[in-house]
Amino acid sequence: MPSLGADMESGILIEWLVKPGDRVHRGDIVAVVETDKGAIEIEIFEDAIVAELLIALDTEVAVGTPLARLDRVGQQPAVAAPPTAAATRTPPVQPPKVATPVQATPVQRTPLQPAKPAAQQPAAPRAVPASVPAPAQPAAAVRRKISPAARKHAREYGIDLDRVVGTGDGGVVTVADVEQLHGIGSSSPAATATPVPPRAAAPPGAAPQSSAMRRAIAASMSRSKREIPHYYLAHTIDLEPALRWLEQRNAARSIAQRLVYGALLLKAVALAATEVRCLNGHWRDAAFTGSATVDIGVVISLRGGGLAAPTLRDVAGADVDALMDALKGATERARRGRLKSSELTNATITVSSLGDTGVEAVYAVIHPPQVAIVGFGAVLSRPWVIDGGLHVRRVITATLAADHRASDGHEGARFLAALARHLANPEAL
Amino acid sequence: MNPTQLKDAVLEALYSVAPEAEGEQLDPAANMRDQLDIDSMDFLNFLVALKDAVGVEVPEADYMHVATLDDCVRYLAARLPTAT
Repeated sequence: MPSLGADMESGILIEWLVKPGDRVHRGDIVAVVETDKGAIEIEIFEDAIVAELLIALDTEVAVGTPLARLDRVGQQPAVAAPPTAAATRTPPVQPPKVATPVQATPVQRTPLQPAKPAAQQPAAPRAVPASVPAPAQPAAAVRRKISPAARKHAREYGIDLDRVVGTGDGGVVTVADVEQLHGIGSSSPAATATPVPPRAAAPPGAAPQSSAMRRAIAASMSRSKREIPHYYLAHTIDLEPALRWLEQRNAARSIAQRLVYGALLLKAVALAATEVRCLNGHWRDAAFTGSATVDIGVVISLRGGGLAAPTLRDVAGADVDALMDALKGATERARRGRLKSSELTNATITVSSLGDTGVEAVYAVIHPPQVAIVGFGAVLSRPWVIDGGLHVRRVITATLAADHRASDGHEGARFLAALARHLANPEAL
Repeated sequence: MNPTQLKDAVLEALYSVAPEAEGEQLDPAANMRDQLDIDSMDFLNFLVALKDAVGVEVPEADYMHVATLDDCVRYLAARLPTAT
């Protein structure tokens, strides 16, 4: 179980995408884990063959716990062996050629939801005695369609999704179905369903699916405001040159190649951060460590409540088209609640844009251990003086919240000035 | 593609950027972005998905004509590639 952030202690394995005998390649998605940050896709970091799955579905395990045993490619004699029941295998005491250790320490075991036939159930982890509950009976082999939001609601309420009748398009289980079973929906309760008492007291009407994420945000932001002496600067920037350049460029391009101005903002932030280095990096053990690359955490507000901040790597070194693709992909994965594990760690600076809501400026809270966060408000048409003449220009207010332990206001001001300079030269971005 | 198929294609593209909306009620005559809280990046992803599914590109200048589900279906129906 990888650590997907400084505050993460455990995660719940909710889906295996590989089975014993499968060959996996570096970067493949092998499993999905539910965390405070939502469902995260776990990537593999080497080419290997899956020897054994150590953790059963719906098991909560601590960070650092091995999830599977891998055999290195070319050293595996039993690759062709079909993934049969655990009983037919002799458990090796000291498995040879293992890439990961075999000890597993589940924190808590919830009853398995038999969503797959028994033959595909992952082998029970040997290191866990007796506590492995056998699946009651193999349920329907077909996975039901359940909207991600409905799944989260159900988990939050402690509702067994097998009891929920899907009424959405094509029998999809929706939030409304879950809420109806929970008894807070507006319409009459479904005749076939029996309400299950909620696990935690979730007030009706609250955004229940985000409470774990809410706690994670609360912990991180409280720590930030407790430990980090923030200072704030704001600068309104004439965005007209950048927007005109962008509109001209987009008009000549297909949708797939179109840019949004957010990509230009990110690139300009990255270039400014390479000039003012004391804003880009981490504060750890009473000292600032700068980063060679600018890895930007992009705040995406989730519609069910809460935030995701996928990291875009080396933004200063990327051209805007590549940056746009990365941003598009990250936004889409965040919306689907399926960010990749590699996207969730170690940003060196964060950007938060609330432009689509129309507010003028955002004064953001730094994500520890980072030392700065850049905020962008909406693009607004404003009277603007250029060379003594009055013009109507589209402007944007950029703000900087920075850690006074790592930098002073002078450096912060230099950063915002550099940001404005880069945005005035969009061709060079 | 008939209007029903077009509507399904639009909804599918919409669900790809707003999965939590899948199966939920959507007023076909009201602004989709407002109803589902879709930001500019989501909207672009929606248009890309729509282009892949239906083969129609919506230029930036026409964004106002695809704001509601009904408008969007009408807009696409008038511009479907004849080959299909």
